[in-house]
Amino acid sequence: MDPRERIARRVAKELKNGDVVNLGIGMPTMVANFISEDIEVILQSENGFIGMGPIAEKDQIDKDLVNAGGVHVTSKKGAAFFDSAMSFAIIRGGHVDVTVLGALQVDENGNLANWMIPGKLVPGMGGAMDLVVGAKKVIVSMEHTAKGKAKILKSCNLPLTAKGEVDLIITEMGVIEVTDGGLLLKEIAPNISLEDIINSTEAKLIISPILKPMEY
Amino acid sequence: MDKIISMENVTAHLKDGMTLMIGGFLANGTPDELIDCLIKNNVKDLTIICNDTGFPDRGIGRLVVNKQVKKVITSHIGTNPETGRQMNEGELEVLLVPQGTLIERIRSAGAGLGGFLTPTGIGTVVEEGKEKIVIDGKTYLLELPIKADMALIKGSRVDKKGNVWYNKSTRNFNPIMATAADVVIVEADEIVEVDEIEASNVVTPSIFVDYIVGGRG
Repeated sequence: MDPRERIARRVAKELKNGDVVNLGIGMPTMVANFISEDIEVILQSENGFIGMGPIAEKDQIDKDLVNAGGVHVTSKKGAAFFDSAMSFAIIRGGHVDVTVLGALQVDENGNLANWMIPGKLVPGMGGAMDLVVGAKKVIVSMEHTAKGKAKILKSCNLPLTAKGEVDLIITEMGVIEVTDGGLLLKEIAPNISLEDIINSTEAKLIISPILKPMEY
Repeated sequence: MDKIISMENVTAHLKDGMTLMIGGFLANGTPDELIDCLIKNNVKDLTIICNDTGFPDRGIGRLVVNKQVKKVITSHIGTNPETGRQMNEGELEVLLVPQGTLIERIRSAGAGLGGFLTPTGIGTVVEEGKEKIVIDGKTYLLELPIKADMALIKGSRVDKKGNVWYNKSTRNFNPIMATAADVVIVEADEIVEVDEIEASNVVTPSIFVDYIVGGRG
């Protein structure tokens, strides 16, 4: 299975019935494809609505309806539209249960860097800083390494998006919880050895005494 | 008072060096004909407050490509490589602001507030130079209001008095910006008679709108 699909499938398992969820641009968006049909999850789009549906097919495109990535999407029955001040009252005010974002770097203290590489890439933070600070649960979903370089570090060296806000890190290699004592490896992918994941992680991993195979 | 004016009459209100708020989110809900007007008149040295700089060929990005912008205050420039290029060459000043902070700064200006306290940006470069205030043991940044000489917004339906209704995700920054500028011009998809937007469904009350343009669908 494509590693990105494995990650998206595993993230989808974190979502519960009734959760209000904001999915970041890119891989996090894929999570929507794998949410169990047994639960209802309300997707929030920070450009101003809840009840986001799938990407619009050609004949469903409405010029007045895009997601926060500017892509034409659909809205579900019971959706609601609002302005950006309301959207960020929802986000900062703790009314979003789960936010799922990508990362350039994440570290042992739950710090996240995902909005700029000085001198190289400065897209801006968009709504990420508010989402990470405001959501009840912050899940980083990303490939474990970038071109072989570790992204899970002892300490981020890129400009931070937020300090100490990350709760869970889900990669194609495993599931890691950020705890007060450090990074706790809770699940490991079936084809990955402990040595593989430790070698691909700069931060120290605490191996859970009840380490489980990663389900997806 | 007749608020409906032609695009030619907009020209008289445009000045080099002015500060503009422009509504929209990645070119959705952006007043494109007003941007055409700014381009046609080649208004220069603009400071633009906006969610993002759109794309090189769509939305606010066209003003950047046409080198009419001196400074942009925004949350995201990643979809317009020209903004990044001009920033790196020192041709354009870019101030990046978290999206929720940007909209609330605009809201504060329009709502008569002296600022607000937000946890967003604590422990990041966003906190540099800002006052920190602790409330009930939690640290917040003091963020200040931001206003403009003019707001250019987009409405889906606008009645002849200036009441505005926005369709779906086109609402975004538009109604908040309408409260925070000296002059507000709304570009309408459709101009309708008074009362055709039911009073309960008005999003931006007419008192915020100075001029209406467009209405050609």
